[in-house]
Amino acid sequence: MGFWKSDERGGRMTVRRNGKSRQYGWLSGVLLGVIFLGIGAAQGQFGVICRKAVMICLECIGIG
Amino acid sequence: MNRIRLAVQLVFTIVSNGYLYGFMNGKIYQGNLKYVCVPGLNCYSCPGAVMSCPIGALQALLNQRGFTVPFGVLGFFFVFGSLLGRVVCGWLCPFGLVQDLLHKIPVFRKRKRLPFHGILKYGKYVTLVLLVGVGSLFLFGGFAKIPAFCKYLCPSGTLLGALPLLGRNELLRSQIGGLFYWKLGVLLFLLILSVKVYRPFCQYLCPLGAIYGWFNRFSLVQIWWEKEKCISCGVCERACPVELDVQEISVSPECIRCGKCVGACPTKCLQFSGFKAGSVVSGEKET
Repeated sequence: MGFWKSDERGGRMTVRRNGKSRQYGWLSGVLLGVIFLGIGAAQGQFGVICRKAVMICLECIGIG
Repeated sequence: MNRIRLAVQLVFTIVSNGYLYGFMNGKIYQGNLKYVCVPGLNCYSCPGAVMSCPIGALQALLNQRGFTVPFGVLGFFFVFGSLLGRVVCGWLCPFGLVQDLLHKIPVFRKRKRLPFHGILKYGKYVTLVLLVGVGSLFLFGGFAKIPAFCKYLCPSGTLLGALPLLGRNELLRSQIGGLFYWKLGVLLFLLILSVKVYRPFCQYLCPLGAIYGWFNRFSLVQIWWEKEKCISCGVCERACPVELDVQEISVSPECIRCGKCVGACPTKCLQFSGFKAGSVVSGEKET
């Protein structure tokens, strides 16, 4: 029955300092992503994606 | 902040589903933009969709004969994820917008989480591994592999793809069977649950959220917490729709960067940081 009650709550919380994030991790991720996109393009994967996406996907709409 | 986010969600949903001819004629867009994936969950069989769904594209690559590492889609995930993390979920996902709007309906007393949240939150990882990964690689319909997530679970496909298409296309409507009613049931269950619980699909089932959550810790866009200004009032925690502590905001895989904490903070110690990432990181200033 507790599920149907609101769970709004108040009170003070304990604040701790975050761990230090890697500042340039995002840049490595973007570079890796670009490399992956290049490999995918070289392997013709975007053609596969496009061929799938321009046809009505019967599985997606629940009749396939 | 809430109004800006709503405007961004609406604009992005309209732009990424802007092929009005499809809605009017029960057909889908077939142009070259479909080589590219949108960041959010947006079924490519939606009549208005002008780009591809990343999860659908991932499954299309896994469904190929043999095994192919899906570099093309991984590339999109790394680029979008590294730049934005789950900002995609909070600001750019059309199905997230639908759940947000339903949660505003003033019936039921609202809840942020389901009971057993600590266990259920791993459901999205289970969905990613079992339905998107293993299911797409090993489940067959006849001799062809099937996109298991799209086929058995994806509510976005039913809402944005099936309902508008079936409404305008009599040939497709004549083929409706048990699978469609299963997917319709899943959709209705999630939509009704969204009125009570904040974004249940995003919190518990979405494989895309599971992927982008992994990028949250180091993505370019972060929410910067300046501890020196923080008075520990707890307002941000109460404003957070997924009930995160201040030290978890932004870095937790559950944080969708909706910015409600930023808007609520009375001392402005929480701020979005992004393109000045060289000088600040989430939680503390550069030393």
